[in-house]
Amino acid sequence: MAREKESVVGRRGLLAAGAGIAGVGIGMAGGTAIAAGREQEPQQPTPGDRTYPFHGEHQAGIVTPAQDRLHFAAFDVTTASRTELIALLQAWTLAAARMTQGQGAGSIGATSGDYDAPPDDTGEAIGLPPSGLTITFGFGPSLFLDDRGRDRFKINKRRPVALQRLPHFPGDQLVAEQSDGDLCIQACADDPQVAVHAIRNLARIGFGTVALRWSQLGFGRTSSTSTSQQTPRNLFGFKDGTANLKAEHRQDVDDHVWVRRGADPRANWLAGGSYLITRKINMSVETWDRQSLREQETVIGRTKAEGAPLSGGTEFSRPDFELKGRSGPMIATDSHVRVAHPSQNNGAQMLRRGYNFFDGSTRLGRMDAGLFFMAYVTDPRTHYIPIQNKVARDAMAEYLQHTGSAIFAIPPGTQPGQYVGQSLFT
Amino acid sequence: MITFRTPGRLTRFRLPLAATAITLLALPLAACTDNNAGRSADDGSDARALSVQANDDACTISAATAPSGTLRFSVKNDGGKINEFYLLGSDGLRIIGEVENIGPGLTRDLVVSATPGKYFTACKPGMVGDGIRAEFTVSDSGQPSQATADDRQLVDQANQQYAAYVKDQTEQLVTATEKFAALYTAGKDDQARALYPKARVHWERIEPVAESFGDLDPKMDLRQADLEQGQKWTGWHRIEKDLWPERAKRYRPLTAAQCKAYADDLVANTHTLYDRTRKINFTVDQIGNGAKGLMDEVATGKVTGEEEYWSRTDLWDFQANVDGAKVAFEGLRPILKSRDPQLDAQIDDRFAALQKLLDQQRSGDGFVSYDELSQSQVKQLSDAVNALSEPLSKLTAAVV
Repeated sequence: MAREKESVVGRRGLLAAGAGIAGVGIGMAGGTAIAAGREQEPQQPTPGDRTYPFHGEHQAGIVTPAQDRLHFAAFDVTTASRTELIALLQAWTLAAARMTQGQGAGSIGATSGDYDAPPDDTGEAIGLPPSGLTITFGFGPSLFLDDRGRDRFKINKRRPVALQRLPHFPGDQLVAEQSDGDLCIQACADDPQVAVHAIRNLARIGFGTVALRWSQLGFGRTSSTSTSQQTPRNLFGFKDGTANLKAEHRQDVDDHVWVRRGADPRANWLAGGSYLITRKINMSVETWDRQSLREQETVIGRTKAEGAPLSGGTEFSRPDFELKGRSGPMIATDSHVRVAHPSQNNGAQMLRRGYNFFDGSTRLGRMDAGLFFMAYVTDPRTHYIPIQNKVARDAMAEYLQHTGSAIFAIPPGTQPGQYVGQSLFT
Repeated sequence: MITFRTPGRLTRFRLPLAATAITLLALPLAACTDNNAGRSADDGSDARALSVQANDDACTISAATAPSGTLRFSVKNDGGKINEFYLLGSDGLRIIGEVENIGPGLTRDLVVSATPGKYFTACKPGMVGDGIRAEFTVSDSGQPSQATADDRQLVDQANQQYAAYVKDQTEQLVTATEKFAALYTAGKDDQARALYPKARVHWERIEPVAESFGDLDPKMDLRQADLEQGQKWTGWHRIEKDLWPERAKRYRPLTAAQCKAYADDLVANTHTLYDRTRKINFTVDQIGNGAKGLMDEVATGKVTGEEEYWSRTDLWDFQANVDGAKVAFEGLRPILKSRDPQLDAQIDDRFAALQKLLDQQRSGDGFVSYDELSQSQVKQLSDAVNALSEPLSKLTAAVV
């Protein structure tokens, strides 16, 4: 019972309660004073104290204002037992619900419990605030039908028609070890260690049922999913995601992100969910940095300073693709902003949620850097594949190399007592 | 490298002449950029940094005079039309420097080197007419001017030389491609394999020019990885795979009829390229950007062994790209030497260092296979490409 109470207090409370062990009161944001029972001025909640509800109509981590950090992981399911798979999803759901609220992965915690047993939380997030952690789960095409054509979990008859391995796109140089997967988990937080902690604990819970296939750390969100956020910059130094879908634009999100009931009769379990496309896009940053400012802006179609379209105005001005300049359209016909713009793609929009990555350097001494692209769409066949086929040939593509690729069906949100993806298995 | 270029990419190496007529005019009087823009005045303000407020009816400049040296006009378009800004000579005709395509609400800088004398400034809202003009005076700051009377001649000479080089290379490309196609069609595969990298040298030396034709390039130089699903694959690399199928899984050789079709297609496209490059003209910015573009090609495709995935003849292409960049650089050197001798010497040194590394990989009348390079040799080459490319990326701004 005492343990239960502790767990309600959460990671920070746990640390405070165990302050005698640690011996220091490491600068814990908020909360600490209360947990320690000391009187103090009411503190302003810091951004780190932010939590997002785990339960809901949709999974968190999609329209949630994009956090600063990412740890994304894809798994292969190593069992052929439907029961074991469901048990894992149940265990993951419980742990995720806890961790997103700032608690340890298990009910005991990282620093108590049987002295002869490893703790049920790995502990590296002790003392860190919840940091807005969201955890989002998805199912890859190979969960339904594996590489050998087996329907291991008797779910293939409910496989969404749109959930197909993505086709080869021009310029793809995909690495198998950075692509695909039966299951995925996206952990976003404002603190990298909190995101890492989430994936690490979920992977640990899954060992024996799943094996980690690949994972990706991201920093510096490269798009905004809320009108309350500033537009961030990608590693090309340009604002990214100016025209992104924003959570506040409810109708657009309904039209372009969520899967509607009836959209795919055999996959109504996915209603309220979405499709996630992930692409690891390496950027030739050294080559890019040698381009003149003129070339950089021409390639993108926006100014580097403010992100205004080259046709004029300010960042959020509508690009005028017709406007003629001295030597052709002000916004070049193969500029990225033009090719990718919804007006050039039957109005299709994506909710992008990408992150910069910088994985050290390559064996050639090049910066192994780029964009881990993530986009949530209502249907990849209309909202991603045709657009990627076009942007793969735009002016920016010359500085990009796609090395990882995956697609996942993102089930709808869960209610307390349910497990994630339950609608697929019942 | 990747090869597929659509028309807008021509900003870097834009071929239709109309687009660059103005730039050409701007060259003679040395609109030279210089990073050592003189900070003047004890009050910390920079008398060479001027702001221009332009709208559809007015053109207001923060000062009517400036000391000689590198001037920076920061032009803000507050109007509703696309605007332009010019610095004109005392005759009101010669363009010393200009910045075009300033969209409504945007700000752009004109960086220009000006000698003492009388000038005119002009905003041109809507890009038409004489513009809204005002007198502008550049006083003698005592700073030596980099502009010389010979510039016009040097520029003309550089442009002509480079045009002649492109012409010559396309001629050799046609001859070599025809020979290659004939050998391949006749089933003389060994001879075709021997000629393949040598014929492609002429393509690779002028790659930015060849690539600037957005329709031809994908037909001629597309690699398999760059294909879209369902897209027909033609050109050099399609034939390359047929001649070197060792790395392909379960490869089925082309039939004689298919060989002939691909070879004929390549020859026909080469002739189209030839025709289009007969009367081609260049400007120094195109040449400078072309040199840098060639080294970008090396960095992205050749040094990584991606270009010649099947034949492993990447080092031939590597050398050819370097050749092309070197020729472009040599053509611009007379101008560069007077403008920025330090940059000139640095680029020259680094070309030499890269060439030395490449020479170590020579074999017979060509090069060793890419697979024979050790990881550390590839890294050395890659480092040398970076070392050269960085100063080379400053070439264009230094000579225009």
